[in-house]
Amino acid sequence: MTCLPAHTDKKLGLVIDLDTCVGCQACVTACKEWNTGGHMAPLTDIDPYGGDADGVWLNRVHSYEHMTEMGGRTVNFPRSCLHCETPACVTVCPTGASYKRASDGIVLVDEDKCIGCKLCSWACPYGAREFDTDVGVMKKCTLCVDRIYNDNLAEEDRVPACVAACPTSARHFGDLGDPASAISQLVAERGGVDLMPELGYHPTNKYLPPRAHTPRAASVPAPRLEPLRVEGGFLGWVDRMLSH
Amino acid sequence: MHPAFSVVFFTTATGAGYGLLALLGVLAGQGFVPPDFWLGLVGMGLALGLISAGLLSSAGHLGRPERAWRAFSQWRSSWLSREGVASVATFVPTGLFAVGWLFLGRTNGWVAVAGLLAAVGAVATVCTTGMIYASLKPIAQWHSRFTLPGYLIFSAMSGSVLLNALLQGFALGSTIVLTGCVLLTLLGWGWKLANWRYNDRLEIPTNANTATGLAGGTVRSLEWPHTEENYLLKEMGFRIARKHKARLRQITQVLAFALPVLLLIAAFALPWPYAAVLSALATSAQFAGMLVERWLFFAEAKHTVTLYYGR
Repeated sequence: MTCLPAHTDKKLGLVIDLDTCVGCQACVTACKEWNTGGHMAPLTDIDPYGGDADGVWLNRVHSYEHMTEMGGRTVNFPRSCLHCETPACVTVCPTGASYKRASDGIVLVDEDKCIGCKLCSWACPYGAREFDTDVGVMKKCTLCVDRIYNDNLAEEDRVPACVAACPTSARHFGDLGDPASAISQLVAERGGVDLMPELGYHPTNKYLPPRAHTPRAASVPAPRLEPLRVEGGFLGWVDRMLSH
Repeated sequence: MHPAFSVVFFTTATGAGYGLLALLGVLAGQGFVPPDFWLGLVGMGLALGLISAGLLSSAGHLGRPERAWRAFSQWRSSWLSREGVASVATFVPTGLFAVGWLFLGRTNGWVAVAGLLAAVGAVATVCTTGMIYASLKPIAQWHSRFTLPGYLIFSAMSGSVLLNALLQGFALGSTIVLTGCVLLTLLGWGWKLANWRYNDRLEIPTNANTATGLAGGTVRSLEWPHTEENYLLKEMGFRIARKHKARLRQITQVLAFALPVLLLIAAFALPWPYAAVLSALATSAQFAGMLVERWLFFAEAKHTVTLYYGR
């Protein structure tokens, strides 16, 4: 049923640190690599080497300039499914293909039931769902459901591919329904926020805002260049002649 | 939002078809329209033809149309599923009503009851169509109090103009029906103008700050995650130039409202068959105008995902 579970035992999700994300796109390619062979496979690319490349990606990294009275900064912003607590993408689904799991809160698509009406992608304010024109069904982030419970993987690898790939540890995975979990404490400590809270989707994933500017930060510019001293002799004469 | 022609045609055609069906179901059952075979054949044929063509067109926009039957299962949560159930359920009383009218030559008794049920089903189906759009929070222009009444008004309007043309064609024109469709067209015009005015002044709390969680100041898109347009931009990032928007609104007003009103008023004064020709012209102009209106309904709707792309 596309009715939502009244309660989920866990609220598995991601916490993304906008302070440390460097926008390297490693999570994007790791996601594509894993999921084009995983639960949502294939993630079709259309004309990948041509002038009109298009394709399905479950994770995209934007770059923004955030200007405040404290100055400006570049913020790299990974965007993927937030596994909302009240996801309208699930309730609008006419076939029951979209569902939210009562056990861990992960929002999934059963590709054998999807009719490709695209209404779920309209209902998602975050642009988390992408339609695969080749297969005719909707694709979305699975929170790497085929990794996190996978006994064939080493314990430390049982995290979403994007989290495993992140070189700056900007991505964290865990149970956001458990206030004692490391990830929940990280959110509490850093003041993690919901995206578009006013729409009432209650996203599970949280974003950690960049840390405030501090006047104690080290000054890193290179030493100033000395003004060129006017020399005598031939070079001095050349300098004077060219300066006229 | 990208105005896919299949969906634009679907909502316009079924709106007119269900409007005509509801009016025929009520008026024929009450004896206002005579149980004439040819009138029934053309009238019910038009209504069912428009509805069926619209429904087939909507199925054509699916990625996997062969699985469309699955869409009847989730009526408890999904307005799209409810639309599917309501549209199919409406075929049952509609079929009985058509059989009674065409093959038994009567529209009273149980046939009248079937007609009333068909009308109820038609109104319910149009409501579910309107709610599909009205329930989508990420699209502020649709998630408004104008959307559902708009679908009902435009269905009644285009259905009544179609009914008038039908009756005029059979030399059964009546000033009551003519007056009704002029008033409904004026109501539709007023509603559309009010809706455009509301949309133009719309201020939504969602912006690039809340979309990215970056509080205060301004958030400007520096780089997209991809170089070409992706599914999100093709489907939800559709943009029309402002001058085209103004021009298209003018075309809508002329074709869907102004011209039909003038033609229908002229039909008051002229005898058959001139009144019939004018009524048919009014119907054609309005259908074309409503296609433009529905195209704009999509093209002017802005989805929150465009905020991530600085659009």
